[in-house]
Amino acid sequence: MSIKVLQPGLLTSMQDLGRYGYQKHGVIVSGAMDTYSLRIANLLVGNQEGEGALEMALLGPSLQIEKDSLLAITGGNLSPTVNGKTVPMWRPVYIKKGSVLQFGACKSGCRSYLAIAGGYDILEVMGSKSTYLRAGIGGFQGRALQRGDVLEVKSPEGASLERVEYFKRKKSPESFVPASWYAGRKPIPQTLCLTTIRITRGLQFKYFTSESKSQLLNDSFQVATQSDRMGYRLSGVTLQLEEPLEMISEAVALGTIQVPPDGNPIILLADRQTVGGYPKIGQVALVDVPILAQVRPGAAIRFQEIELEEAERLYIARENYIQELETAIRLKFL
Amino acid sequence: MHLMTSNMECSAMMLPLGESAVLVEFGGGIHPDTHRKVKAFTEYLDRHSVPGMMEYVSAFSSVTVFYDSLMVKQLHQDHVELKEEPSYRIISVILQKIVTELRAGDGQKSRVVEIPVCYGGELGPDLAYVAEYNKLTIDEVIEIHSKGDYLVYMIGFAPGFPYLGGMSEKISTPRRQSPRMSISAGSVGIAGMQTGVYPIPTPGGWQLIGRTPLELFCPNENSPSLLQAGDRIRFYPISPQEYEEYKRERI
Repeated sequence: MSIKVLQPGLLTSMQDLGRYGYQKHGVIVSGAMDTYSLRIANLLVGNQEGEGALEMALLGPSLQIEKDSLLAITGGNLSPTVNGKTVPMWRPVYIKKGSVLQFGACKSGCRSYLAIAGGYDILEVMGSKSTYLRAGIGGFQGRALQRGDVLEVKSPEGASLERVEYFKRKKSPESFVPASWYAGRKPIPQTLCLTTIRITRGLQFKYFTSESKSQLLNDSFQVATQSDRMGYRLSGVTLQLEEPLEMISEAVALGTIQVPPDGNPIILLADRQTVGGYPKIGQVALVDVPILAQVRPGAAIRFQEIELEEAERLYIARENYIQELETAIRLKFL
Repeated sequence: MHLMTSNMECSAMMLPLGESAVLVEFGGGIHPDTHRKVKAFTEYLDRHSVPGMMEYVSAFSSVTVFYDSLMVKQLHQDHVELKEEPSYRIISVILQKIVTELRAGDGQKSRVVEIPVCYGGELGPDLAYVAEYNKLTIDEVIEIHSKGDYLVYMIGFAPGFPYLGGMSEKISTPRRQSPRMSISAGSVGIAGMQTGVYPIPTPGGWQLIGRTPLELFCPNENSPSLLQAGDRIRFYPISPQEYEEYKRERI
């Protein structure tokens, strides 16, 4: 049971929720940029939410499905089709063998996720299936997918097997059968609209000029084209410290907004380094990282300040929501 | 070695790094005494589990503890007085207690790791420049570099990359004007007052004085980094032939 890569797309890589526990060795976390969408994709096909899935950026791949499979596509809309017909997202879709799943133009967001019932057959490296691109380890041979690659898929068991059987019983003549419902769909930033991202104050916020503090929260910033999985570089007003700050390297976190001497902030994302030495002006609320991950280079964002307590409340509410969603999806198959 | 008979008199500030991490700042900058506190604290974290903690990152004067706020709130419900508090306050109270209980003698033990280096030639193309810049002979640079006693303050920047302290000022050399697009794994370099070894191929502006055949990043080992914060390092010179032999033996 396998999937053959006919066209690899711009950057298609195996990711999960990240590689934790090794940052003290300098090993970065990696993982999906939009972990929310990856989790939902897995839950839809009956996998554990942190199972490995394909992350496809901006220009998606073309894949030949070599055996009847249950898949789910979430995240940004890269115009997925099966044998030329549009496939709906955010729901389980049963796809017959020999079909070609093709992604096209990016209609919203910029990253799409493809989960398969049973999960891809990928060995864990340091406890994770995520691809660590720079070190060339993890995921599929430590690299992004290339034309001709063949991804093996594990046999579905438990919940994912039941769901495969459920669709099989429908005996549809179509090349693909989507569920009639969708679940967990979240608003995805439209291509060039202004997206608001909630942040808390960074550890060095107070050392910036009052003008910079106010600009951070009132001006908008453009996500520069040099942005990647490591971080989003922002352009717009430049942010200045009151006076130069002596900083020594210390840990950074997912969503840390650091400001190098040129004043252009950088938001650290999935492939961030473990430590950094630039002042941190802010910290993106964890619940908004998956939203930010769907903002395309070239689009604009603005920041809204919230308290740390509020960021935590939002996080806990989101986790509870995903748990409820898992139950709701399960009930659909009873 | 400094022997301390009393309590370590450790104190630290707890600073939230977003809603999933607390930065424990010991203060005192880049200094062996500060490092000992950092190490004492991480040794404790290695031996004991803190419920809700996912991992930590140690740096020159701080240790950042990453946690899951949902788990922290669920697992520490017995802290009645903290029940309604946000998770960063719960975890800060727990970590603060650990800090104050650190004992003298903690964080004092260190491993010594010897690293063979083939200095100069193709493997160390900037060795002659480092000598010229410091008005030394090539042999003097090798001698000074390999006589040093280096402390691994922290690991970061790349997997297994050590931030080392202890290099002699006599061989300090500024970074190259134009960085190289790719520096081979194992390269030993100098940048200002720092010396270091590249575990994986990386672009960079360091002055390259040699190369080690050792692998600093071993993704399939239990501990993927050859070096750990707190290790002491000694470099020793080997010939190009010995370098090749090392490489062959490993295969």
